[in-house]
Amino acid sequence: MTTVFPDGFHELEPFADWAIQGERARYAKRVDSTMEELQAFYDVAFPLLQKGTTYLEQVGMEDIGEQDKRLLWAFCSLVTIAFPVEAWGQPRVPDSGPAGIHAVVEPAV
Amino acid sequence: MAHFPKPAEGSWTEHFKIGTEPVSYADSISPEFYELERDAIFRRTWLNVGRVEQLPRKGSYFTKELDAARASVVVVRGTDGEVRAFHNVCRHRGNKLVWDDYPREETKGTCRAFTCKYHAWRYDLEGKLAFVQQESEFFDVDKSKYGLLPVQTDVWEGFVFVNLDPDNTTPLRDYLGRFAHGIEGYPFHKLTQVHRYRAEIGSNWKLFIDAFAEFYHAPILHAGQYVAEEAAKIKKYGYEALSYDIDGPHSMVSSWGGIAPPKERAMVKPVERALRSGLFGPWEAPDIGLTTEQLPPAVNPTRSKVWGMDSFVFFPNFMLLVWRPNWVLTYHYWPTSYNTHIFEGTCYFVPPKNAFQRLQQELAVVSFKEYGLQDGNTLEATQAMLETRTVDEFPLCDQEVLLRHLHATAQQFVRAYEQPVTPTPAS
Repeated sequence: MTTVFPDGFHELEPFADWAIQGERARYAKRVDSTMEELQAFYDVAFPLLQKGTTYLEQVGMEDIGEQDKRLLWAFCSLVTIAFPVEAWGQPRVPDSGPAGIHAVVEPAV
Repeated sequence: MAHFPKPAEGSWTEHFKIGTEPVSYADSISPEFYELERDAIFRRTWLNVGRVEQLPRKGSYFTKELDAARASVVVVRGTDGEVRAFHNVCRHRGNKLVWDDYPREETKGTCRAFTCKYHAWRYDLEGKLAFVQQESEFFDVDKSKYGLLPVQTDVWEGFVFVNLDPDNTTPLRDYLGRFAHGIEGYPFHKLTQVHRYRAEIGSNWKLFIDAFAEFYHAPILHAGQYVAEEAAKIKKYGYEALSYDIDGPHSMVSSWGGIAPPKERAMVKPVERALRSGLFGPWEAPDIGLTTEQLPPAVNPTRSKVWGMDSFVFFPNFMLLVWRPNWVLTYHYWPTSYNTHIFEGTCYFVPPKNAFQRLQQELAVVSFKEYGLQDGNTLEATQAMLETRTVDEFPLCDQEVLLRHLHATAQQFVRAYEQPVTPTPAS
């Protein structure tokens, strides 16, 4: 059976929809989610990030494979949702009201 | 209590002889003053429109909307490798020459020549008119007289600048002055991993520079970014810069280290501990061929051991932030009216070697964005209240010295434009 993520990260499979290319799209999913949804993803993904440092350090960017790419994007989503979970207590940045700041140039991966 | 030494005069503000009285923000809420700024500042100074890496080969081009200067320019690398800029206007009937889908949006690409969408007049990469559709229908059009209108263009350390004043005689490097000379040699060309953000901000352009030219606000506005005990400690400590400096219309602040890496890991949020990164960048600096001690002299000018970052304001609207962990952030503020502007923030890193380094950079970028959202929205609140004119005098502290300087500089440019120097009559 093919999996979304590489070996050792199968606990992330239920959260495969967080493997999103681009910060703009990741942020959009964050603000469309409830805190319960963000917390559920964080609770699974954060320990895997802590355990996965050595693995991630040997994933080269030049020839990154599809599974590793999705893993990287899922952890990029973790970075984005860490702010609500660890700091804000809400999906949006407090007092950011109508303000929007959008990625217009990003690395391909 | 002072943590870092101040000049002999007792304050930075008095040292620079700027005046310590409360300031007016009339220059930020007046449509009339903004109209003057457009001509006095944005049509007369060198403006940074991009970097050479955006023009990787012959025929690479990008457009830049300079609403404040009432212009759109197309910047292109010619067949001779030179970078040039032209007014983005077809000489036939004035159509915008280079655009895609939306005439007011910027675009980029690679081409062999620019062909107008309207009647197919074609210009080569050096701006010469090369082809006129049905040329025989015209009345002795001399093609050599209908090339694209050139815009003065120059490059400093890979940053491409234009000056819309055809009579400008100040070379770019002279205009950028002492700070630029002292930054030269920084390996900007190695920092090719780019993340750029754009925001439409509901405030005068100077107010956002104000927000980023002082860190007095950081312990308060951004308190939620720290773990609770750390936020309390930082608030009590307040903020003091290592040093400030002013050179003509330009200014800079040198700041202490912040949290890259933090003294104690408990100071920072869990994701920062896991990724060893944060707003100040990845804790392990990549190799850029220079150690911190070897950085060019304008960077960390006091050669402080606790140095963390420098923030240069190149008048009018280009800020360059050099961070200790070997990355760079630029800010641009492009006015669109007296109370709106487009903000651009661009992070430049050494390309990551592996997925972990990529994540470290992502955390720095996203942290910048979260802070920027707080700053941007606060500005709209400030602009709205300034415009009520309920209060018109505001006390600024010594850590806000660069704000006084920025507003005074804008006013000087406008005054000089309104009252050109005339010979003094003999007394």
